[in-house]
Amino acid sequence: MSIKEIQIPVFLKRTFNGRNVAISIPYLWLLLLFLFPFVIVLKISLAQPVIAMPPYTPLFSWGDSLWPKIQAGLDSYLFLFSDSLYIKAYLSSIKIATISTVLTLIIGYAIAYSIARAPTRWRGILLMLVILPFWTSFLIRVYAWIGILKTEGLLNLALMTLGVIEKPLIIMNTDLAVYIGIVYSYLPFMILPLYANLEKMDMNLLEAAADLGCRPFKTFWTVTIPLSLPGILAGCFLVFIPVIGEFVIPDLLGGTQTLMIGKVLWGEFFYNRDWPVASAVAIIMLLLLIVPIILYQKSQEKAIS
Amino acid sequence: MTRFSKFNVSAIIIGFTFLYLPIILLILFSFNESRLVTVWAGFSTKWYVELMQNQGIKDAAWVTFKVAFISSSVATFLGTIAGLVMTRFGKFRGRTLFSGMIYAPMVMPEVILGLSTLLTFITLAIDRGVLTVTLAHITFSMCYVSVIIQSRMSSYDDSINEAALDLGCTPFRTFLLITFPIILPAVVSGWLLSFTMSLDDLVIASFTSGPGSTTLPMKIYSMVRLGVTPEINAVSTILVGLVTAGVITASLIGKRQRQQLAQS
Repeated sequence: MSIKEIQIPVFLKRTFNGRNVAISIPYLWLLLLFLFPFVIVLKISLAQPVIAMPPYTPLFSWGDSLWPKIQAGLDSYLFLFSDSLYIKAYLSSIKIATISTVLTLIIGYAIAYSIARAPTRWRGILLMLVILPFWTSFLIRVYAWIGILKTEGLLNLALMTLGVIEKPLIIMNTDLAVYIGIVYSYLPFMILPLYANLEKMDMNLLEAAADLGCRPFKTFWTVTIPLSLPGILAGCFLVFIPVIGEFVIPDLLGGTQTLMIGKVLWGEFFYNRDWPVASAVAIIMLLLLIVPIILYQKSQEKAIS
Repeated sequence: MTRFSKFNVSAIIIGFTFLYLPIILLILFSFNESRLVTVWAGFSTKWYVELMQNQGIKDAAWVTFKVAFISSSVATFLGTIAGLVMTRFGKFRGRTLFSGMIYAPMVMPEVILGLSTLLTFITLAIDRGVLTVTLAHITFSMCYVSVIIQSRMSSYDDSINEAALDLGCTPFRTFLLITFPIILPAVVSGWLLSFTMSLDDLVIASFTSGPGSTTLPMKIYSMVRLGVTPEINAVSTILVGLVTAGVITASLIGKRQRQQLAQS
């Protein structure tokens, strides 16, 4: 046929239809280790917790009447909706994810915009400096903030030495610390798609607006922002979706009152050992995220092609 | 309009201070004589010496490197195929699902990935250990590799392949001698990204590991929960140093290769 087909090593082509083999290797891997696991989670979310290993009842035991088993199976979901803790945790996760996405967008836009306006010879190194923390361990970056934010930490020490405050600020173990941690950790995810978009922007359009008497601020709002919308969307998805299920940041920087669903899931699984409820928590979280995930996938496919 | 204004300069300075100050302070205090992380009591490398005597950390580091090396290598292989399939194979049945399975793991909350993968291993009666952590890491890493390959292929010049084929080169040799060397920098950065992501992962490893397969992030996490100590700063500094050196080397190699290409 055409050029399109020749990229596969030929030895596969001889053994089988090479094209199909090449497709099927990564395809089967993802089916088995990414998609199939969700079926398992759904199945276990319908089971009952028992003290055994594994700690849940089989869904279809001994082939006797199936219907009552499935009836009993919704217990975990009913439990989620009867205890206000879970609903509050979902709502609080959405709130924290929304606020931190907006904060990350504002800060990330200022940085990405500035890098895109920097002299060309600087851009490479500046971009490199944005990417570098992205490669460094998430856990280490969150840990670094504990020493800064805690009551006897470096921030309070600095502010008190400078005489800005008299009593130490309580930031550690509050929602504020969680916001700082999220914005800090996810900033590169926001800057990279924004920069990729802003860097390609046609400067002639901005000059045209200026020539026609548009003020810089208005040009920014009516030309730059709408043109960078794809970058804004990609960045917001990359922050919002994972933050909904974030565990490390609320666990290490947040306090006992910081409710996030990722932390609840972790607790159900590791401390309560209630696997059916943990699975139900995951399924509901997935339902919340399925639309943003599909939108993100569509935007990425468009960006690459 | 397009000039580099004062606002731009200050945004960059404040932004980079915010990104780097915490890491710099973390590194600084790993060399602190005092156990207190806020009081500077003079330069010392004693926490590094203490680290070297900590068998638990050394074991965890070995497990982590083993997992990272194997998982990034397999993920690079699978991800490169997946990236080529997405860009060169045109339409095939189930393409939308395939693309969904490549993009979803990159944004999917880690707790969901960890839980679902673990429950699958239990259902399939695979014992938790180094193998299960490695399999889980391959799964999310290959998606990142695939996206890196896809974006490289989107600017790939097809005419070079056509030239090789027209001159009688077999398709396999064309792939090996033309396509692969050209996309090699993307393959290498895919491998490096996979390696560091495996090195960094706490959540998925916590779900899928078993006794005897505690990874370094799991070890660090359990130490952090007990409090901030200079020893954690020391192990973090080593990790940050390794990753930084790796990323800078990779980018220098990429730069040299681009220059060579430009010259030839």
